[in-house]
Amino acid sequence: MTTTEIKQSDFAQKEFKDFKRDLIHKRKQHGSLIPLLQSAQDSYGYIPEKVIHYISELVEIPAADIYGVITFYAQFRLKPLGKNVIRICEGTACHVNGAKSILRTLQDDLGVAVGETTDDGVFTLLSVACLGCCSLSPVIMINSDTHGNLTPDKTRKIIKKYKQETAKEVQHEGN
Amino acid sequence: MKEIKIGLATCGIAAGGQAVHEAFKKELKENLLDIPVKETGCMGTCYAEVLVELVDDSESHLYSKVTPDKVKRIVAEHIMGRKPVEEWIIKNKNIDKEAAFFKKQKQIVLRNCGVIDPGSIDDYIAHGGYQAIRKCLKEYTPEQVIEIITKSGLRGRGGGGFPTGLKWKLARQAQGDKKYVICNADEGDPGAFMDRSTLEGDPHSVLEGMMIAAYAIGSDEAYVYARAEYPLAVERLVNSIQQLEQKGFLGHNIFDSAMDFKIKIKEGAGAFVCGEETALMASIEGKRGLPRVRPPFPAQKGLWEKPTNINNVETYANVPWIILNGAEAFAAMGTEKSKGTKVFALAGKIAKSGLVEVPMGITINEIVYEIGGGIAGGKKFKAVQMGGPSGGTIPATQGDLKIDYDEITRTGAIMGSGGLIVLDETTCMVDLARFFLNFTQNESCGKCTFCRIGAKRMLEILDRITLGEGKEDDIQLLEDLAYKIKSGSLCGLGQTAPNPVLTTIKYFREEYETHIRQKKCPAHSCSALLTYTITADNCTGCTLCARKCPVHAISGEVKKVHTLDQALCIKCGLCFDACKFEAVLKN
Repeated sequence: MTTTEIKQSDFAQKEFKDFKRDLIHKRKQHGSLIPLLQSAQDSYGYIPEKVIHYISELVEIPAADIYGVITFYAQFRLKPLGKNVIRICEGTACHVNGAKSILRTLQDDLGVAVGETTDDGVFTLLSVACLGCCSLSPVIMINSDTHGNLTPDKTRKIIKKYKQETAKEVQHEGN
Repeated sequence: MKEIKIGLATCGIAAGGQAVHEAFKKELKENLLDIPVKETGCMGTCYAEVLVELVDDSESHLYSKVTPDKVKRIVAEHIMGRKPVEEWIIKNKNIDKEAAFFKKQKQIVLRNCGVIDPGSIDDYIAHGGYQAIRKCLKEYTPEQVIEIITKSGLRGRGGGGFPTGLKWKLARQAQGDKKYVICNADEGDPGAFMDRSTLEGDPHSVLEGMMIAAYAIGSDEAYVYARAEYPLAVERLVNSIQQLEQKGFLGHNIFDSAMDFKIKIKEGAGAFVCGEETALMASIEGKRGLPRVRPPFPAQKGLWEKPTNINNVETYANVPWIILNGAEAFAAMGTEKSKGTKVFALAGKIAKSGLVEVPMGITINEIVYEIGGGIAGGKKFKAVQMGGPSGGTIPATQGDLKIDYDEITRTGAIMGSGGLIVLDETTCMVDLARFFLNFTQNESCGKCTFCRIGAKRMLEILDRITLGEGKEDDIQLLEDLAYKIKSGSLCGLGQTAPNPVLTTIKYFREEYETHIRQKKCPAHSCSALLTYTITADNCTGCTLCARKCPVHAISGEVKKVHTLDQALCIKCGLCFDACKFEAVLKN
């Protein structure tokens, strides 16, 4: 796979440029594979298969090995995320303070399991080991906003708000 | 008014700190007041966030639970009217509502957290920053530095408790022209946020500790391996390293000495096993984070096969204090074999959760009752969980136990990195063990068979016990598997993964037996072992539960009391979560 082929692919131009700049900067360093993958994910939101081959050629590591590294670490994704990413904290403090019922509520409300994206692409539900704000447990994070001291009812209200906002945006774009 | 400080670590931001920050800036601007609004780190009292400190020349006032709505009144009455809003203040010259929380604490690692602006190297320098490294370079040989750390009795704060001085000595003695220093900031235990708060509140003290370690072992290059889930901590580290470079504190001949030094940051990518030192180094090298056999230890063959010294965030943060205050001052605190202080993330069923730093030798009861204010909601103290997935549960009956590496290890738990989760009577011990095993089983890298498959089998057994399908010899089977996993695993993850199960069996065996024999959960926590009923007293007939029930076990007309058919109920708990009138009961 060559650079030209990637350029002609369906990736956005700007994203690709950002990524490529990073790539040139980092490839010479020792142990650059993980930072490169992180940079790819920052640009695309996930790691497209074409990028794996591209990186493979640049750093001279077989694509299969790169795939092994990607699937080893929880951070890397091979599929794009939904518009809103919900991260439910599964830390100890959250667990003993009722995270299970929050998870149940989210799964019931969104109709997806952990790791899945809703059919309309609006929500992706992920779990994390600990968000580190245990005094607010149970906690979820939606995009970069943290919501704490949750109850099932409070959780439903928050999701409703995000659903309404998305609906509004869709309508707006439609106009 | 000299300045306004707002606690903007992750917990402060999560509690709404940014909005308060904005509100202050707006309110000050509208009133044409020119007062600097500074960000600061975690002040420890997470239960009272958002915290705002108004600092005068002569005194300071600490406001708790500040919301944007309260800002207007604080600015109008306190700043413009010079009349502090006393009802919201938790600490000033006359008021000290949180004295109990701080009375038994001793802050060394957290000395600057909540005091300085973590984004400013000048603020750190003004508080004695980078004096310790200067002192080392000028007055001590590397061997003398190692001698001081050895004498202080500092032990690794990441959990293992290996003597830091000895670790440095081994790295110093190792042959090789290139040596590395690594800071393990991959704090992965669920329920632990000590290192995050330290990095967010005082990144420079960690970096200075690393410089001193580098001088001691003879290294010119260092890495901070930081957890990717801590974006703010990473941002503060990046910023701090840039400031160091601008000041010329990194590079060639730092502080006019013969020492060269540079620090790089590597972000982890989400793998708990990378907290293990050999797996961490594999990850820095860009590979899958698999641990390897030791020896050779990192001190002999570490990163890229070079001698390497690894310590964690809290260990390094202690170092500058020890150099400036002397090994004796540090060793004066604590017990015979555990010196200094330990930072704990106090959370769970506790009235006042937060970040606490206590001298070693303090008892569990002192932490829970005197610092933490006892159990939330007036419930009964059952146990504490220490050391997260590698640790164990210590029952309330052993509340007089002293915080000391060896005392805690004797109970079957470990000191761990510092998660201290308080549990009350509503916590099911079998479920808690299952929770931790589920975590370690997920995070097992898969290299060792016992850890990979054994943990999975243990989880299956715990699953069936919590579902009411436990068998009579399950406890024995769990113990048998646990000891085999401990002895058949290469790294700390597998060697300690069974600890939560073993300690809960040791201290709460009857709870396992009740689950297995009577199919009941004494803590009313395991859904499958509960019976859900609808009480006519509270039911308003809103139909919500009936609509939520996935198996149509609930019936009833609108505005009339509903009934639940036990024969159909799958005990998923959705009706209990859905009811707004406390009409669904579980027992």
